[in-house]
Amino acid sequence: MWSLLDTRDPLLKTYLVGFALAVLLTLIPFALVARGALPLVPTLVVIAILGVTQATVHLHYFLHLDLSAQHRENLLTLAFTAVVIIIMIGGTIWTLFNLHYRMMI
Amino acid sequence: MLGKLTFDALPFYSPIALTGAVIEVGAGAAVLGVVTWYGKWRYLWTEWLTSLDHKRIGIMYIALALVMLLRGFSDAVMMRTQQAIAYNSPGYLPPEHFNQVFSAHGTIMIFFMAMPFLVGLINIVVPQQIGTRDVSFPFMNSVSLWLTASGAALVLVSLVIGKFSTAGWSAIAPYSELRYTPGVGVDYWIWAVLISGVGSTLTGINFVVTILKRRAPGMTLMRMPLFTWTALVTSVLMVFAFPALTVAAGLLGLDRYLGMHFFTNGHGGDMMNYANLFWIWGHPEVYIVVLPAFGVFSEVVATFSGKRLFGYKSMVYATAVIGLLSFTVWLHHFFTMGESADVNIFFGIATMCIGVPTGVKIYDWLMTMYRGRVRLEQPMYWTLGFIVTFVIGGMSGILLAIAPVDYLMHNSVFLVAHFHNMLIPGSVFGYFAGYCYWFPKAFGFKLDDRWGKRAFWAWIIGFYLAFMPLYVLGFEGMPRRMDHYATAGWQPWLIVAEVGAVVIAFGIACQIIQLVYSIRHRHELRVTSGDPWDGRTLEWMTSSPPAPYNFAVIPQVHDLDEFAWRKKHGGRGPEEVRFGNIVMPDDTGVGVILGGLAFVLGFAMVWHIWWLAALSGLGMLAVLIIRSSEDHDEHLVGADEVRLIETHAGLEAAE
Amino acid sequence: MTDVTLGRISDAALERAAAEHARDEHELGFWIYLMSDAIIFALLFATYAVMVDRTAGGPPAHGLFDLAHTFMETLLLLCSSMTFGLASLSVRARNKDAVLFWLAVTFVLGAGFVGLEIAEFQGMVAAGAGPQRSGLLSSFFTLVATHGLHVSMGLAWIVVLGLQVLVRGLSAPVASRLYRLGLFWHFLDIVWIGIFSVVYLPGIY
Repeated sequence: MWSLLDTRDPLLKTYLVGFALAVLLTLIPFALVARGALPLVPTLVVIAILGVTQATVHLHYFLHLDLSAQHRENLLTLAFTAVVIIIMIGGTIWTLFNLHYRMMI
Repeated sequence: MLGKLTFDALPFYSPIALTGAVIEVGAGAAVLGVVTWYGKWRYLWTEWLTSLDHKRIGIMYIALALVMLLRGFSDAVMMRTQQAIAYNSPGYLPPEHFNQVFSAHGTIMIFFMAMPFLVGLINIVVPQQIGTRDVSFPFMNSVSLWLTASGAALVLVSLVIGKFSTAGWSAIAPYSELRYTPGVGVDYWIWAVLISGVGSTLTGINFVVTILKRRAPGMTLMRMPLFTWTALVTSVLMVFAFPALTVAAGLLGLDRYLGMHFFTNGHGGDMMNYANLFWIWGHPEVYIVVLPAFGVFSEVVATFSGKRLFGYKSMVYATAVIGLLSFTVWLHHFFTMGESADVNIFFGIATMCIGVPTGVKIYDWLMTMYRGRVRLEQPMYWTLGFIVTFVIGGMSGILLAIAPVDYLMHNSVFLVAHFHNMLIPGSVFGYFAGYCYWFPKAFGFKLDDRWGKRAFWAWIIGFYLAFMPLYVLGFEGMPRRMDHYATAGWQPWLIVAEVGAVVIAFGIACQIIQLVYSIRHRHELRVTSGDPWDGRTLEWMTSSPPAPYNFAVIPQVHDLDEFAWRKKHGGRGPEEVRFGNIVMPDDTGVGVILGGLAFVLGFAMVWHIWWLAALSGLGMLAVLIIRSSEDHDEHLVGADEVRLIETHAGLEAAE
Repeated sequence: MTDVTLGRISDAALERAAAEHARDEHELGFWIYLMSDAIIFALLFATYAVMVDRTAGGPPAHGLFDLAHTFMETLLLLCSSMTFGLASLSVRARNKDAVLFWLAVTFVLGAGFVGLEIAEFQGMVAAGAGPQRSGLLSSFFTLVATHGLHVSMGLAWIVVLGLQVLVRGLSAPVASRLYRLGLFWHFLDIVWIGIFSVVYLPGIY
């Protein structure tokens, strides 16, 4: 039987749900910016939250990350990476904005 | 056709540079000549260059490190000599050349001496310590080696063709930008660092996976030897820190090659961000460089005190805390760049905090020796020298962590004294200790004792003579990287420092003699049992040198210091042994080829030979694609062959 | 690596166990590589953030970007993630033809993404807003082009693996490589979320 989709595979539903959520989480911020419905700062906050949410959707529905023992290593690695990234980005932004202000360059 | 490369690139414009180039080329030619004379090219290629055996790769790393130590040290002697004589005088070294010398010295010592040395030790030891046969990615291991060698080759070539960077080993912007330093020097630095940096990142990945996935059954994380723990944390640091170097050097490269404005003075460039990005890598890097040395000390202290390491758990936690905190202190490298006090305070406090776990380690080592039966073998000499000397450097570090104090000391020779006080007793002594400790494991014979101890005394006395004066001079206000000066009071100290450099040179000479002598007398110095030091950990269970597969039978681990446990509970291992087939990776020349192409790519990019760069780049891609499509890259070592190897080793051990 | 001290375990079993362990290691190793790549992107994002107003008298972020264009790119990449997922499912189902089909669709979508991005860059350069104009533009081009280069590498990888599937079928090594390519592809889509959230949407607002 030549078929492109095994509709009986339970994982198919996972991908479809993930895709639907991702599309939704994309439409909302784009629409917000297109309409300018909210002031700047709340818009940025919404974009940030939805962005993190969509990344989580990808990680769970497409990359199958969860709290199970099988994926524990990947999750811990990701968590450590997230900590390091927050330190590096946070430190950079704090330091450089501080420097820009004080050094005027 | 040849980009910017012309005959003028050769160092005929400077007698000093020419001398250096001639010595370097001569030494290289001599090595090639010796290999040809003894007809060893085939042997070299099949047994070493194409080897995927982690032990051989480790040995080659250390060989590279020792060669580059000589090159980096000659830079050091040149600087000391210049500074000793250049009171109210230009000395013998023109300023621009002096700048190249200090830049090359730092670049070589960190990237091409320290990194290969520690990676070499980790390569030789860790798979054996965890009771496995090879690393998780043997081919990638080979690629890492050859990429590192390729970077080293670029730095070496810069002495002969063109010039090296004058921007220091950190290439701080905007000085390193095209506008202020338009020559090829900074480009050599960028490509050497980018290429070898990829190698280091891959090594980090390799050993994280190896240590997490290949430990022998029964070896939980809290039963791993300390050296393996430090190797694990070091590898994690490599994975997460080196990308920052790639970004820093890469963006600098984009500015220089494509006229972008990341760090330029003007056009919206942010010059301070370079220092920020570079040191985000740079600080974890110094922990990468010191943690394996701490691991060596832990092994050495336990073995030569005849006791389990004191406070194993606290050592593990201390190592992990150092690793994590190493990402939070980087700003202390540029306290004076202009940020406000609260930014400086945050990083200053973090810097002081990171001294605490190291202090814990020092106490643990001391307590291991306390009430132990201490044997003063060579590795213990290096360890004791480290413990005494390193704490001085640590204290100077805590002093520098106070930002207002750093405002006085930043970029003075006080800073130079501090970091050499960390790197030499910390890293270098640690590597030397590891070198004497594991040499018999790798080669089957010990290094001569007397020459080793002479080398130690010369190094430690030389170190104090060379660097303690710099603390004084730093307090007196002498800046770093000075090629001449007009303050009379400085010269006596600088002369003492020069004497120190000479004494260290004696130390290095002793080490060279030690190696030659030991090879000559290897039959007297032979170790047959595989365990010359009455060791406590699994690597001493293999023969010396080990079989390619390390263990014919993967050991079952019962406790921390498994080998000591086995000795205590009787029996050297399972008596009834039935050998099986063993899968080993095939050797391959692809790593060498990739390294060679990487060198050509780097060289072509430095000299703007675009067609050659494109060709070598595409070549690397093609080779990678072909290699990654390879499904059959392993072979079977049959059970009978294993039995033969093991019986032979057993007979040797019984002698 | 598993060992054979306990009796007559066959070579085939040895090979299978070794292969599974190797696959496990390859997946973890590749995941860790992706984490190191994440650091590179994170620092490029940080650099963009500190340079976002360093326009040197040149064009600011607002006015450089087009919402519809960005939305198209986003949809193409998101759909390609979905179609790669379908390719992964086809690997599970051992359906070689379906794998090739969905890989091809993924390729087309990804190539569309890269094409749109190149067009955007060309337009900006033609309008005098190239990477040499200002710090902001340098960091924009570098961040987005680094992502685009990764996607291009992914496209090349799809071709190579597609050929392997064609010639060798869905063998264990090929399946393992497809899995890693999947990790790579989904990772790039996550980075893109960051790009439109940090660069394009705030820039356009």
